Amino acid sequence: MPTKLEPTAEQIRDEKIYAQMGMTTEEFEMAVKLLGRLPNYTETGLFSSMWSEHCSYKSSKPVLRKFPTEGPQVLMGPGEGAGIVDIGDNQAVVFKMESHNSPSAIEPYEGAATGVGGVLRDVFSMGAQPIAAVNSLRFGELDNDRDRYLFEEAVAGIAGYGNTIGIPTVAGEIQFDPSYAGKPLVNAMAIGLLNHEDIQRGLAAGVGNTVMYVGAKTGRDGIHGATSSSEEISDDPGKERAPVQAGDPFTEKLLMDACLELVKSDALIGIQDMGAAGLTSSSAEMASKAGFGIEMNLDLVPQRDEDMTAYEMMLSESQERMLIVVQKGREQEVIDLFAKYDLEAVSIGHVTEDKMLRLLHKGEVVAEVSADALAEDAPVYNKPSSEPAYFRQFQEMEQQEPEVDDYAETLVSLLKQPTIASKEWVYSQFDHQARTNTVVAPGSDAAVVRVRGTEKGLAITADCNSRYIYLDPETGGKIAVAEAARNIVCSGGKPLAITDCLNFGSPDNPEIFWQLEKSADGISAACLALDAPVISGNVSLYNERGGKPVYPTPTIGMVGLVENLEHATTQEAKAAGDFVYLIGETKTEFGGSELQKMLNGGKISGKAPAIDLEVEASRQESVLSAIRQGIVQSAHDVAEGGVAVALAEKVFGTGLGADVQIEGSAVTALFSETQSRFIVTVKPEDAGRFEELVADAVKIGEVTQAERLVIRDADGSPLIDQDVPALESAWKGAIPCLVNSEG
Amino acid sequence: MKKANVYVTLRESVIDPQGTAAINVLHAKGHDNVKDVRIGKYIELTIEDTGQDLDTAVREMCEKLFVNTNVEDYRYEVLEVEEA
Amino acid sequence: MKFAVIQFPGSSCDLDLYHAVKDVLGEEAEYVHHHETDLSAYDAILLPGGASYGDAVRAGALARTTPVMDAVIRAAEAGKPVLGVGNGFQVLTEAGLLPGAFLKNRDQKFICRTVKVQVVNNRTMFTSEYTEGEELDIPVAHGEGNFYCDEETYGQLKENNQIVFVYADGNPNGSVGDIAGLVSEKGNVLGMMPHPERAAESILGSEDGLNVFKSIVKEWRESHANQA
Repeated sequence: MPTKLEPTAEQIRDEKIYAQMGMTTEEFEMAVKLLGRLPNYTETGLFSSMWSEHCSYKSSKPVLRKFPTEGPQVLMGPGEGAGIVDIGDNQAVVFKMESHNSPSAIEPYEGAATGVGGVLRDVFSMGAQPIAAVNSLRFGELDNDRDRYLFEEAVAGIAGYGNTIGIPTVAGEIQFDPSYAGKPLVNAMAIGLLNHEDIQRGLAAGVGNTVMYVGAKTGRDGIHGATSSSEEISDDPGKERAPVQAGDPFTEKLLMDACLELVKSDALIGIQDMGAAGLTSSSAEMASKAGFGIEMNLDLVPQRDEDMTAYEMMLSESQERMLIVVQKGREQEVIDLFAKYDLEAVSIGHVTEDKMLRLLHKGEVVAEVSADALAEDAPVYNKPSSEPAYFRQFQEMEQQEPEVDDYAETLVSLLKQPTIASKEWVYSQFDHQARTNTVVAPGSDAAVVRVRGTEKGLAITADCNSRYIYLDPETGGKIAVAEAARNIVCSGGKPLAITDCLNFGSPDNPEIFWQLEKSADGISAACLALDAPVISGNVSLYNERGGKPVYPTPTIGMVGLVENLEHATTQEAKAAGDFVYLIGETKTEFGGSELQKMLNGGKISGKAPAIDLEVEASRQESVLSAIRQGIVQSAHDVAEGGVAVALAEKVFGTGLGADVQIEGSAVTALFSETQSRFIVTVKPEDAGRFEELVADAVKIGEVTQAERLVIRDADGSPLIDQDVPALESAWKGAIPCLVNSEG
Repeated sequence: MKKANVYVTLRESVIDPQGTAAINVLHAKGHDNVKDVRIGKYIELTIEDTGQDLDTAVREMCEKLFVNTNVEDYRYEVLEVEEA
Repeated sequence: MKFAVIQFPGSSCDLDLYHAVKDVLGEEAEYVHHHETDLSAYDAILLPGGASYGDAVRAGALARTTPVMDAVIRAAEAGKPVLGVGNGFQVLTEAGLLPGAFLKNRDQKFICRTVKVQVVNNRTMFTSEYTEGEELDIPVAHGEGNFYCDEETYGQLKENNQIVFVYADGNPNGSVGDIAGLVSEKGNVLGMMPHPERAAESILGSEDGLNVFKSIVKEWRESHANQA
């Protein structure tokens, strides 16, 4: 077979071939300057992938710098595969969320599956045993074949990967909105556990140490994925990009077990996942972080496809691969260790002193570039930002109460909105109990996973209401973090830290860049107020189709510590006769609400609900202290759909009902989405102590034996009086019904 | 080199849940004339020709590994292939 | 009593079986790698759930070809208790230790939820701690849990009282005769789709599965007390 003819360095410059790889002329000139000569084809590929937004965060860096990343609990902040937080007893929790949006828009099953695989590798490359997976998903409304297909296949892909590898998927959240039609967001989060001494880093240190390649072979799949995930989705099917990578959870299971055995060995110097930009990013970053260089002979790279070029090998995004650096002379130990798991470990190079990434192929040096130039010297852009006109206009609108004729019918319709409806159809496809530590399974505010051998648990959630963020990014950003924390608190945990996935449209649009900046401001403020620093994250820009961006969606993944599993609390009411309390005052706030969207054909407008972070923090503290004293039977935050929906969710699946009385205007009291509110149930004998602990709790009624949800106005006449099983079947049946519909 | 192409299908007596799901979708899309869908597996074996009895070998591979004869039927064909 | 927990490549519920037997019940347990060929040191053999070999070809089909399975077959012939859960059940049918085969779930989707399981036969070494007709809350988690056998086999299973567990409140996967678990003709090999090791601690929502392991231990103690 003839060798493929690659363009010459001059052709790359003159014919602007770098532009096809996603580089601007200015960036190309910067690379030429750093190199001191024209880059060849392979080198141009190295620069273009390492300087892509996905690898370099060149557009988002100024925004990411806003995030608070420190705290006494933080053992490792952003910069490595995943962040690490101390949980005491020499143990730490490792977590990270990552997007896999653009592959999922093309091939949703494999896109979502490999998203799970990638983030799991980020966690076990830190030396941590993954103990749970979580996802945050966004789809268009389920009213057309394409979005239904994307939804069903992405869910199946997550299930296929997570179930096979045996890591339980314990929590998740899904929002449906026309803004995501044809451009779904698939964010996967993984949580791991390790002992402090096992913490690993991606370092290629110690001249002469050996660089080894472990895991699956390299093929031509996903070449330039890092670059293409930084581009807009094309509407022209003929213009679809490089083939999406396929996942192999079986190989990953073997790789995970082998790597977790390897981290116990002092032969290991450093380990990093070959994620986006594969062999390029792992080698350049490991060398640059350690202050060394790497020389690799690409002839030695295990290859699945024949006649691969250096360029193809370096930019392949084949899955289930890791790069490791081991002490010289101890390679055989590592080879033997991997052989036990039916995996190959191959020496492909060594660490050098000269800080260069040098690649040999077929006896020639095919690339020689400073590792720092690739990993550190990417340009950073301070993109222009401008406040969109819509924002000013929405801010000037008064809060208005929508007109509702029939409260009960409205409640039923809200319960059937797919964003509110039961997600059982989704999570029953996920093995959420593998490893037998899941104390609170999906369906409650946050999952709780036991930390074996201790009394502790981890509360885990993902949240983001992008409608609020679209209306008011700063307030919406605050709400996203506050809601995640509220879910953690309701489950009996104290927030530890967050990971985030910043999913936005094109940052080249100043109005979108403004959304990104403002939401980061809001997230930062809430992280500070709630003592939950950002320890890891990921940025996904250019989520657009046909020039239309998705709603700004900075997904928050949060982990909290449940000090004693006796504090683990669920949202469901427990016993008839228990008192029902509403905590927090209700205002007329319908901007971006589920009710507004439902009544206006999917459109939203006005102000997002306000949030006072001081109130939020003190209320969370008082609720958590009541939970820790054992006097809260159930706790649930009031979110989409307001008090009426929250009350219904509290009695679903319990065989109980509730009879409550609410104050003020009915539509507001029932459906407003005012923030910082909780509904809890308390045994009558604990009511006195509870009221002392939680100052702004108002008793609104009782849990009843009768399976009816009765919500009365101040005079005692029922606004809603419904059979709970009927409400529950509407809520449970909505998503299966939409999935099975046609058209 | 020889190539054995193996086709595995569910036995006639066994309900094929994938096929049932597929036919419902096809009918919903207007392909009413489709009367039955049976979904199976197709396996390609590339085998070095050492003059051994390939029929026996392929049958053994099928019955020991690729096919669960409790629920599946199979057929196969052996072809000559040109050296690459 | 000493349990062997077999580890096939890709098994994941090996941890869970080990935890249930060792940590919850306080019995001896050891992991046994699929290359091992001797199980004589163990009193009972557990085949875990998960996705051995990533469920390639058919769930359980490749695990069945590993060296340890010859030893499992010998242990079964010798009358030792052999329990396969989930994927372990699939391996047992592939190995011919139990009749039947598994198809994809009726709804084509993986299913993970707690189901009602009824004890049909409590006169086995795996179920003696249950009462007949007792209903248990035990989770299932499988994509290919749709048990199939022909009518003749089904008739024999019924006649021999080999059906031990059935799904009591809705059949989650389409299994013939709502079968959730069955024993070999000799009664010392049990395969079950629901995961008793996931229902072994109240903090995880149910302890209803624990009696499977307790029955094995009790029967073994009694038979060994008699011998002594």
